Amino acid sequence: MAFAAPKETFSGKVFEVTIGADKTAVFGGENVLPFHLFEGSVPNSPVIAYEIQDVVPDDWPETVRKVYKSVSGDPITWAKYCQDELNAKAIALRLVSTHPDRENRSPEDAAKTVKDVLSAINIPLIILGSNHIEKDSSVLIRASEAAKGKNCVIGKAQEGNYKTITAAAMANNHKLIAMSELDINLSKQLNILITQMGFDKEKLITDPMCSALGYGLEYTYSVMERIRLAALIQNDTTMQPPMIADVGMYTWKTKEAQALESDLPLWGSLAERGIAWEAVTASALLMSGAELLIMRHPEAVKAVEKFIEELV
Amino acid sequence: MALTGVEIFKLLPKTNCKKCGHPTCLAFAMKLAQRQVSLDACPDVSEETKKILGEASAPPMRPITIGLGDKAVKMGEETVLFRHEKRFVNPCAFAVEIKDSLSDDDINKIVDDVLNSEIDRVGQKLRIDAIFVNNVSNDAGRFESAVKTITSKAPLVPLIVATGNPAAAEAALKIAADKKPLLYGVDESNAEAMANVAKTYKASLGVSAKGLDALAALTEKIKSLGVEDMVINSGAKTAKEILEANTYIRRAAIKKNFKALGYPVITFAQRDDALFESLIAALGITKYSSLIVLSSIEKWKNLALFTLRQNIYTDPQVPMQVEQKIYKIGEPSSNAPLMITTNFSLTYFIVSGEVENSKVASRLAVMDCEGLSVLTAWAAGKFTASKIAQFIKESGIENEIKHKELIIPGYVAILSGAIEDKLPGWKVTVGPREANGLTVFLKSYAHN
Ligand code: B12
Ligand code: SF4
Repeated sequence: MAFAAPKETFSGKVFEVTIGADKTAVFGGENVLPFHLFEGSVPNSPVIAYEIQDVVPDDWPETVRKVYKSVSGDPITWAKYCQDELNAKAIALRLVSTHPDRENRSPEDAAKTVKDVLSAINIPLIILGSNHIEKDSSVLIRASEAAKGKNCVIGKAQEGNYKTITAAAMANNHKLIAMSELDINLSKQLNILITQMGFDKEKLITDPMCSALGYGLEYTYSVMERIRLAALIQNDTTMQPPMIADVGMYTWKTKEAQALESDLPLWGSLAERGIAWEAVTASALLMSGAELLIMRHPEAVKAVEKFIEELV
Repeated sequence: MALTGVEIFKLLPKTNCKKCGHPTCLAFAMKLAQRQVSLDACPDVSEETKKILGEASAPPMRPITIGLGDKAVKMGEETVLFRHEKRFVNPCAFAVEIKDSLSDDDINKIVDDVLNSEIDRVGQKLRIDAIFVNNVSNDAGRFESAVKTITSKAPLVPLIVATGNPAAAEAALKIAADKKPLLYGVDESNAEAMANVAKTYKASLGVSAKGLDALAALTEKIKSLGVEDMVINSGAKTAKEILEANTYIRRAAIKKNFKALGYPVITFAQRDDALFESLIAALGITKYSSLIVLSSIEKWKNLALFTLRQNIYTDPQVPMQVEQKIYKIGEPSSNAPLMITTNFSLTYFIVSGEVENSKVASRLAVMDCEGLSVLTAWAAGKFTASKIAQFIKESGIENEIKHKELIIPGYVAILSGAIEDKLPGWKVTVGPREANGLTVFLKSYAHN
């Protein structure tokens, strides 16, 4: 029996998205499954953004908190550190302090932080709210205005607040993350609702909701795979925006990233375990279709970037 | 490609004699196509038909087992490309490489690590499945002695002996002959000799060739030499090559029923950097490797890889579940707190872990909700006040403890009144929403 390579080509294609104003980053654009360079075109590699916050990350586990100890007191220093010392390709600024249960900082405060960070860096910025449905609406409106002209990514628009956030991203010419909760139909539905408001579908980024290794990763993995197959095989344009995986936030919450080796000797060294948890989660999601990742630990980022390099 | 019902029908006697328990031969053929019945049910089927159907119904990827008993690992038999279509069947096996150039002390150390690698996660026992002894010394005597050291210390761990030298292979397999080992290192140059060794010692073969064309030709050749149990390697080394080869092999086997590549794939993930090696292994786990060889098995790395394998290989239709019952955490007295949750293994695992952390001895009532999380089960009508009340009543817990207080998850606070209505005499307390709030909660609760 002679072997004939069973290549598969598709009619659909993932939208290519460019973010940033000065130095830009480009992802998406492929017409095949993740990293299938052997049967189609993969013009861009996935991009990893370093996560920073607008307050000292007291709730991050020691392994990752200590990396930023000397810079995380101030988001501007922190952002510059990621750009200049860690060679970040993009930065994701999470405005956690605006959450009503946290410092409850005002949208104006948030806008100022965004402006300051943007003036300190020349790489693309992803601007994330605190994941409070109502508060995010007001925070992200002001943040979008403050970032006008910088071609940022604004997130996350969800079922409960997409109208205001979409309008803000549209008015200030930003890209937009649409997040739903681990359901391909909900994800499709939200993308449709957002484009029906007049938002350009080629400026969307789908967030099917991340989960960490061991904590529902298989759900995110399969929803991503199904979204990508719908984009490629069915040529479903509502499923063709690139996908984001918000990896750091979910992985550094897990017990595996925090439990001491002295308490759980079978789990091995804590520092390496936490870093591996983030890197392995990210790598699995790359294989299922993530194109933009948000991560925290530089060693995890470096390993995943090397992994991407070896895949292309 | 599997035959359709109509194609099968053409091969049957077409007498509609009903001896198979079906009204017509066609009805039986349809059931056969769906693999719901066995061909044996028809007494009149011809030898010729048996042969054709036997070949057509063989799984597109051959099952291979190495080792014996409880620790045997089964690989292959996969039927789909994507896990949402149907559950991936046999979780890929992990093997650690032991070079025969190492001292016996160093070998023993790694074997110890293998023997101590078992971790319990969400009710499953996960471990490094096999040892890959590599004849890097090129010395048959050294190889034989390394295999001896390993098998005497770990007689039950499945063994892969890796050498290109048939004499060394024979020396090693003599020692491991009764253990269903895998002999890796077969290529164009040594196929005949290695196939003979494998036949003598009942080993399966690990076959490698450069590229998929050559690999397919080689497996055909080995099959004609009388060995059918094979694990294959295309020479793929980089992540890019592994993804390409594994994808082509899986597609050829599943979609084209291309038998010459219908075997489990072995992937070599060894790298100098243990973290990076984990990512290459993660590629293998997600993308179609059946056997992954690692250079080191640090505990943190094992935990991450075991967990990923477990995630990828769970049944997407049936969430992992734990048994419905009232679990004791610590040694609860008859006054210890009683909590309730669902039987989704992830939920149980997180909640029981947090209760353990709190060091407050407790009882956790786990209710069968078909493996759904708390909110999902609530939304699906499986975690309702009346079902909870019924479960508590039927559990017999009222005779076992002195109080009548039940702690429910914060996310279903809304149920508290209704449960009290349905469980006269009981008091319901709403716990925190997230399980990580349980330590603080239980400490103050236990004081009251
Ligand atoms: C994965 C998922 C699914 C999976 C199911 C996975 C599973 N095995 O349960 C699937 C895809 C099948 C599914 C289906 C549905 N889902 Co669903 N699903 C989710 C999702 C994304 C995650 C659930 C999960 O795994 N959580 C993790 C586990 C560990 O959480 P948990 O069990 O709640 O446990 C935590 C706490 O409750 C607490 N805890 C647990 N026990 C106890 C006990 C005590 C004493 C205490 C104090 C605390 C405590 O600790 C745990 C960790 O902190 C959630 C959204 C979300 N972000 O939560 C929606 C969600 C639960 N689903 C929802 C719905 C509506 C459904 C569906 C009805 C329809 C739909 N939209 O898909 C179906 C119903 C299923 C059916 N058979 O009919 C809704 C529920 C809405 C609501 N508030 O009522 C949610 C919230 C999504 C949403 N916003 O719409 N779902
Ligand atoms: S027993 Fe065989 S011949 Fe008789 S009806 Fe069934 S399939 Fe047809």
